Amino acid sequence: MKPAAIWRAAGLVVLVGAAAVIPLAKNVTVTHVGVFVLLYVGAAVGWNIFSGFTGYISLGAAVFFGVGVYTVALISKHLDLVGGVVFALYPLAGLAAAVVAVPFGLVALRVRRHTFVVVTIAIFFIFQFMASNFSWTGGVSGIFPPFLDWDPNTFDMPFYYTALVVAVASAVLAWAIWGSRFGLQLRAIRDDEDRARGLGVKTMRVKLTAFVISGFIIGILGGLYFYFQSEALPEYAFNPFFDLTVALMAFIGGFGTLSGPIFGALLLEPYLGYAQYQVTNAYVAEIVLGALFLVVIIFLPRGILPTAGEKLTALAAGWQRRAASRDTGPPPGTPGSPAGAAAAGSTASTGPAP
Amino acid sequence: MTALLRTENVSKAFGGVQALAGCTLEVDRGSIAGLIGPNGSGKTTLFNMITGYGRVDSGDVYLGGTRITNLAPDKVFALGIGRTFQLTRVFSRLTVMENMIVAAHYKERSRQQGGRIRNPFARAGGTATRQRAMELLEFTGIAKLAGARAETLSYGQRKLLELSYVLIAEPEIILLDEPAGGVNPTLVGTIADRIRELNRRGTTFLIVEHNMEFVMGLCDRVTVLDYGTAVVSGTPDEVRNDHRVLDAYLGTAEEDDDSPAA
Repeated sequence: MKPAAIWRAAGLVVLVGAAAVIPLAKNVTVTHVGVFVLLYVGAAVGWNIFSGFTGYISLGAAVFFGVGVYTVALISKHLDLVGGVVFALYPLAGLAAAVVAVPFGLVALRVRRHTFVVVTIAIFFIFQFMASNFSWTGGVSGIFPPFLDWDPNTFDMPFYYTALVVAVASAVLAWAIWGSRFGLQLRAIRDDEDRARGLGVKTMRVKLTAFVISGFIIGILGGLYFYFQSEALPEYAFNPFFDLTVALMAFIGGFGTLSGPIFGALLLEPYLGYAQYQVTNAYVAEIVLGALFLVVIIFLPRGILPTAGEKLTALAAGWQRRAASRDTGPPPGTPGSPAGAAAAGSTASTGPAP
Repeated sequence: MTALLRTENVSKAFGGVQALAGCTLEVDRGSIAGLIGPNGSGKTTLFNMITGYGRVDSGDVYLGGTRITNLAPDKVFALGIGRTFQLTRVFSRLTVMENMIVAAHYKERSRQQGGRIRNPFARAGGTATRQRAMELLEFTGIAKLAGARAETLSYGQRKLLELSYVLIAEPEIILLDEPAGGVNPTLVGTIADRIRELNRRGTTFLIVEHNMEFVMGLCDRVTVLDYGTAVVSGTPDEVRNDHRVLDAYLGTAEEDDDSPAA
């Protein structure tokens, strides 16, 4: 393994270890917020597998989330499920979202860039309207689950550990995809889709596969949300704020990188959770979030982790150059940092138009 | 010699502009063919029509005996036509080696056919592929940049990378769109040498280029395109001495004096 991979694996182990012991404190609030944090880590990682790797910014992730919520809600309503069996429903929620991702992707993936963003938003609202207006979804009054019969002393621990497993599995999956043939094809599409096609990459198939994987992960998390929050309401299951938050987390941490979305979610969601409890006016939290977004876009357009990484690399290179020039006189031709060129390309560059 | 690549009466209009008007062209197997013509004469459009980047209005494209008209770019590539672009197109945020591996996928896949189910998470680019990629990068002279991100390469180096990754797929014919454009004279010589070397090993070339010295020195046959039609086709000497070529580039005296016969 390369050093970077070892560091990454070590970081993941430390994070997972820390996450695993947090609920042992038996603090209801901490565990509750923790579930949300893990849920967003999983969602941001899942979102990134498609949007981050391909550069297609989707603001329709809540479609998958909502489909997951309603899948579990409808099954549990009709079968009146309680107890541990509900965990068996989560893969079904993922599958339902993955199935929805196929037609969604076939429509939306025909267009690129800004048009793609607009199409995902439009499809998102179609789903929200459907959830509000069909009778079998409970309309605006939604669906509520039967009361879970497990020991109240466990608090949210079952949800917490399920969310942890999903988040870790998603991160490992993202890492496996990144270096694979499939992942390389996704990143080639991000840089120049038409050129990739001209080199034999079946772009539609590749994009759709990533979209479906992304939908599967986010769908599972939606399924988890239903019993966790004990509700399936159109405006929360299909929540535009969820779309924005997930994208924002990936942008803040590092769009299209492996650890960026994890970092972004770990940074942002505790704040959002805290704000929900502590800030009396809920909109203040959202205003701060918007301001933070602007700061990141203006000063760290590629996200915190890539920018910080490049600063460190540049520092180290400068230090080495100075050390070398002390030893041998004139500095050797050290390869320049790609920071400048990369920052100029910044977030939205996905290759020239056809 | 038999024609490896053939276009028959290919026409293409963009709105009111007739970019190609019944263009017929043959490229013999094992040859280096040149395609010249003034700006806007339809050279790049013809490349796009051959390689699937756009649909022809009428006419046909054949590779060997196979009709490939309006096939998608990935299919055209799989059949054995590789191309480069006038403005180089490399995957800027991938490393040079990763660029090579993307282009090698098709070959890797066809080699693995009929075998076991592939592990979808297998690392991209096997040892054999990487070795082959390094050989080609050495051949084009950018091997020491294998680990660099493509966006850090100079324009000329990107041209060489584009040529390298087209080569890794071992296409039968390679379409080069201005391989010498914007490249320093030393590198132009290197590129010409590499093309000759590859041609000796059996690769066919079709080259669009404005650098006359480059085209005339390299090509077996040169075709002149004007207003979307092939007006002259012959050896470099024949083309050089054909008055229609001068007409195409400089315009005829009659045309200059009279009102345009459009």
